[in-house]
Amino acid sequence: MILTNIESVPGMVITAQYGLVTGSTVRAKNAIKDFGAGLKNMVGGELKSYTELLSEARKEAVARMEQQAFKMGANAVINVRLATSSVTVGAAEVYAYGTAVKVEPKG
Amino acid sequence: MGDILLLLIILGFTFFTGSIIEKRHFENIKKREIALIRKPIINFGAKTWHTNKKIKKIELVTGECVISGDYFKNFVAGLKNLFGGRLTTFESVIDRGRREAILRMREKARGANFIVNARIESVMINDTYGQETVPQCAIIAYGTAVTYE
Repeated sequence: MILTNIESVPGMVITAQYGLVTGSTVRAKNAIKDFGAGLKNMVGGELKSYTELLSEARKEAVARMEQQAFKMGANAVINVRLATSSVTVGAAEVYAYGTAVKVEPKG
Repeated sequence: MGDILLLLIILGFTFFTGSIIEKRHFENIKKREIALIRKPIINFGAKTWHTNKKIKKIELVTGECVISGDYFKNFVAGLKNLFGGRLTTFESVIDRGRREAILRMREKARGANFIVNARIESVMINDTYGQETVPQCAIIAYGTAVTYE
């Protein structure tokens, strides 16, 4: 599956479009990691466990979007956007959306 | 009296740790930015960017970072808030986070020639209602990496 966040796939032509596909996920870390992040908060710096959490959430949201596009028979998702929001303390929501299309190599 | 002493100790300690961590992080960021100086990254191209060259690979690359300030920075910003103006202690924290996220994105696109349409998304994740907290900022940078044949 080809993913781009521009409005085309360079080097290929779009032959069919299937509409908007989305994927979202809300994830949290365990209480011990939350406590560790709380301590890290005092001394400052990057919160590695939350970065990991965000990365996992992004992967899952994109995977869900891809799956939806795959079911429709698409082989690419163009104009992908990622959005995040804070649901509650220690949890991350990532929302991915894009347009599912079918692409073919030029010429 | 004891409370004030404890506060001073915490402030002194977090000032010490915070400034060491920040200095190291900035040095690290600078070194990596110099290493990547020849890799172009542009934030336009959603509609207009095109090329006649043959394209080998095209993919979505992302970089994430969650960064927080320390107790001392928070305390100083709280005082500064009374008078208004620039909160320089928070500026450096957010700046570090953004640059780190962008660097991670660019490092994932090692073999690529270009990153087009780079976007940066950020959200504060410190909503503990009413309690005094240190700001935590989650940043996602993403773009399309293009590799020529």
